[in-house]
Amino acid sequence: MPLLKLRESQIMKIHYLTGICAVFFVAIHILFRLIMPFGQSLEFHNVVANYHNIYYIILLELILVFISIHGFNGLRIILLELKQNQWWESTITILVLAAMIGVIAYGTRTIIIGSQL
Amino acid sequence: MSEETNKIKLKVYRTNYNKEESPHYDEFDVSVKRWTTVLDALLDAKSYSDSSLGIRYSCRMASCGSCGMKINGRPRLACYTKISELNDQTIVCDPLPNFPRIRDLVTDFTEFFAHHKKIEPYIHNEKVPIDVAKKDDLVEFKQTPEDVDKYLQFSYCIKCGLCYSACPTVATDTKFPGPQALSQAYRYTADNRDSGESTRFNIVDERHGIWRCHFAGSCSNVCPKGVDPALGIQLLKGHLIGITKNDKKIATLRSKEE
Repeated sequence: MPLLKLRESQIMKIHYLTGICAVFFVAIHILFRLIMPFGQSLEFHNVVANYHNIYYIILLELILVFISIHGFNGLRIILLELKQNQWWESTITILVLAAMIGVIAYGTRTIIIGSQL
Repeated sequence: MSEETNKIKLKVYRTNYNKEESPHYDEFDVSVKRWTTVLDALLDAKSYSDSSLGIRYSCRMASCGSCGMKINGRPRLACYTKISELNDQTIVCDPLPNFPRIRDLVTDFTEFFAHHKKIEPYIHNEKVPIDVAKKDDLVEFKQTPEDVDKYLQFSYCIKCGLCYSACPTVATDTKFPGPQALSQAYRYTADNRDSGESTRFNIVDERHGIWRCHFAGSCSNVCPKGVDPALGIQLLKGHLIGITKNDKKIATLRSKEE
């Protein structure tokens, strides 16, 4: 699988970039919470209203993708150091990749249902 | 002029893996002076108390890197550590962590040197003839002092293994090359006589390669020669990820007329 054949420097470049992007977009997400009193911003009708704003939907999707890629690759790195053999390394890489795709798919489904697209 | 003599207690880790001897500490009372090093104290104990004490040493002046051991909880060279500097009446000597143990304070450096060898720590340059039959065929590179400064501190490495023993990644990942090998990979990458960076990048850019360094910085803390392996690793990462531009111009050869 070509994705599994990425060089470690290419994977780490993606890791760092997604980390930086996640911090940037989460900061925007938090700022959105501060445009009105914090408690009011979490009221049901305000949260639903957010889901009908296309820019906010894109923002949520980007946060989901960036945090999933960054977080699951971090998990892969931690698990890689536990054992050093080819079977373990390949299994961990495939499992983490599958879990990441699963989380992104489930999160996207939630965003789509919430926004009633 | 007489010098004040103190008595200290030397606690030395003892075991022999060939005889399945259970590990324990032996204590020796040693007389020391202001300038006595830990190696001097160990050799005193070996000469006058227990000749079976296993120590590896050679130059006694921090050049050969043979006498590395954990002294009072920190990897140090025994010949370069004065007992008076430790400010303790009990000196505890253990073998270097992260190395397989052979006997007492002697550890096995086979894996360590294998990692060093793997990164091809020598000049790659196709322009230079490898086999020189006649003396007149000898060539030399033209290098400025600025070119040398880029890698000089990394060339002071004596391969004592202290950085390797202090590295938390080496402790868990046996395939990780360690700070010594990685900083030497940078040393040759920064050297403008060398053109083998792509070969070396392929060697270090793998799952258990350079990216498993989490920048704890312990390697630089323990180096007895003032080398900063953590810096070399971060600079090499910069090259691999493309942040640092590789503007190295390969050194030209000095012609016979020059």
